[in-house]
Amino acid sequence: MMKQLFPIKHVMGYLLSLVLSAVALVVLIPDLSYNVKLTILLVSAAIQASIQLFLFMHIQEEKGTKSTLYINIIYALFVGLVTIFGTLLTMIWGYM
Amino acid sequence: MKWDEFFVTGEPMIYGAMASIVLVSVAIVVGLTYFKKWGYLWREWLTTVDHKRIGIMYIIAALLMLFRGGMDGLLMRGQLARPENGLLDAQHYNEIFTTHGVIMILFMAMPFIIGLMNVVVPLQIGARDVAFPRLNAVSFWLFFFGAMLFNISFVIGGSPDAGWTAYFPLASNEFSPTVGINYYAIALQIAGIGTLMTGINFIVTIIKMRAPGMSLMKMPMFTWSVLITCVIITFAFPVLTIALALMTVDRLFGGQFFTMANGGMDMLWANLFWVWGHPEVYIVILPAFGIYSEIISTFSKKNLYGYTSMVVSMVAISALSFLVWAHHFYTMGHGAMVNGIFSITTMAIAVPTGVKIFNWLFTLRKGKIQFTTPMMYSLAFIPIFTVGGVTGVMLAMASADYQYHNTMFLVAHFHYVLIPGTVFAVIAGMYYWFPKLFGFRLNERQGKLTFWVIAISFNVTFLPLFFLGLKGMTRRMYTYSAETGFGPLNLIASIGAVGLAIGFGLLVYNIYWSFRYAPRDTTGDPWDARTLEWATHSPIPDYNFAITPKVQSLDCFWNMKKGKEKLFEDELEEIHMPSNSGQPFILGVIFFFLGFALVFSWWVPAIIGGLGVLVMLGIRTFERDHGYHIPVSEIKKTEQRLRGETV
Repeated sequence: MMKQLFPIKHVMGYLLSLVLSAVALVVLIPDLSYNVKLTILLVSAAIQASIQLFLFMHIQEEKGTKSTLYINIIYALFVGLVTIFGTLLTMIWGYM
Repeated sequence: MKWDEFFVTGEPMIYGAMASIVLVSVAIVVGLTYFKKWGYLWREWLTTVDHKRIGIMYIIAALLMLFRGGMDGLLMRGQLARPENGLLDAQHYNEIFTTHGVIMILFMAMPFIIGLMNVVVPLQIGARDVAFPRLNAVSFWLFFFGAMLFNISFVIGGSPDAGWTAYFPLASNEFSPTVGINYYAIALQIAGIGTLMTGINFIVTIIKMRAPGMSLMKMPMFTWSVLITCVIITFAFPVLTIALALMTVDRLFGGQFFTMANGGMDMLWANLFWVWGHPEVYIVILPAFGIYSEIISTFSKKNLYGYTSMVVSMVAISALSFLVWAHHFYTMGHGAMVNGIFSITTMAIAVPTGVKIFNWLFTLRKGKIQFTTPMMYSLAFIPIFTVGGVTGVMLAMASADYQYHNTMFLVAHFHYVLIPGTVFAVIAGMYYWFPKLFGFRLNERQGKLTFWVIAISFNVTFLPLFFLGLKGMTRRMYTYSAETGFGPLNLIASIGAVGLAIGFGLLVYNIYWSFRYAPRDTTGDPWDARTLEWATHSPIPDYNFAITPKVQSLDCFWNMKKGKEKLFEDELEEIHMPSNSGQPFILGVIFFFLGFALVFSWWVPAIIGGLGVLVMLGIRTFERDHGYHIPVSEIKKTEQRLRGETV
């Protein structure tokens, strides 16, 4: 009974979000190199985003819309990454 | 600010425009009061959340904007008709080609497409309305007031004059000190928010509200094209939103995103603009492909050839459309590697498009072809669009593009793609779905005459531009000397433009004549069509379908007519409908006020406007509105009346 009533997933998600936010603050330590800082931020951001999607937004719960939602996220990632890396390519890396 | 800086002064044409704006506004107010139509206008149109009425309003707005953008085009052609012409000065010419581009793409093509989408998609999938009817009204009014804000720029404050692409550094405060570009940034932002909401609204509608039995692969092709389009809208428009926001910060608050000093990057604007801008091309062309698919299939009396390959090519186009944007600025100085990559992706887009062209040809093959007005536009589209497509592949070759870049060749190319692709499609779609909306067809004889005038004039106008471009005439030059030899071809193009204007006049006359004299259609299916929208009455009752249809196949209505399938088997039930609301209209007005204040950097009114928007959002958040129910008895009465039985 207690198990059904207590939203263990949400509490876990909440705590994890707090921990991840704290982890991100590590980059304030001045000694770390730029690459290490960026890695920490990227990894914690990715985990943070998946917590949102899986624990709070219930992406995998409804059978009917599951595949639509995953396709949507993959497409969004595709467009986002293409825009970012394409811009870097045209404006910086590939610029004469 | 003095009054003579606020209003645009010193141009007789602008004074004429001001006078006509005042006269038309007075005429509308007097007319509405005299015929006691204020209440009707408010109850039936301004507050409506009905997708059909919103669609009609979109189409009317688009036709008005077609007139405005067409006038711009005519003025440009008038100026270029002979060498050293003095009809327009350089500044006025700059303003006109800028507004022509923005209006034709964002305030004509987009709303026309979205209008047809609004009218047709819920009917084609057997739904009662879109998923979020109120949001749909908000979308319309944001588009409408965005368009109005953009349009008043030419009498108040001065129009934007940096091209429809508004490239930096030209669009910066340093080189464009007037408020023109502010209008561009703010008006497009407001209309763009509306478009983004439309995109989300229709994705949800199509994913969640299809009639029972209609799986994704049984959806009519137009609905498929709208789904893909809306996906592109949802992913491309945020880029425009951000780019315009950065532009606004640069221009109003002294930001340095696109400046040439202080770490800004002027070319980043061009980059972001085209990250949105190229998908935008497909946003206006894919629904057109859907319209042609419906029309060609209906008037060939055959099902669409290669349905699956049509869907696959559209999905491929949607992905590829995000991979090609840099081909708009090959000459900006990237290395050969970047240009090579974007050349290849650009040419790759021709493949799925080619697949679609062949599918239409195979649909026509051995069909019983009926030469109706919409079909004639569709048939003309195939060869003319192919010319546009082939010249597109020529432009796609980066090394060759150094010759064509920003010449009239490019101008001819995109008119050859956009006019048969989008304009012919929306006109064809209007002729095709008109009887569904109003219960009578537009006169066919006048329609065909209009078609011939438009199709011939179009080629007379734009074919010479290919040759002018190859001869070296650049786009956006406001005059040229007689020695260049550009005169004769330009004169031919200008004569063609007059023909296009006559064609538009005939189109409007055709609508007017048909409203008065065309015989009324009682069947609801005057074209003997195939898809679900023709299964209900025309004009369509508020609730679309008295009984929710059950779909078994792609051409379910056709199969029903052949007795192979039953669509309406259930009993009548009470229908739940959304109630009307004045809030979207008021929100639009507030956005207009806010936008206008921002354009002129009037901070106090802008803050008041911003608070007004927040208040409206707050009111909506705490509103309880459960819509209303239409009882079975009333549905029965409506159905009998629409069937022509006496009650």
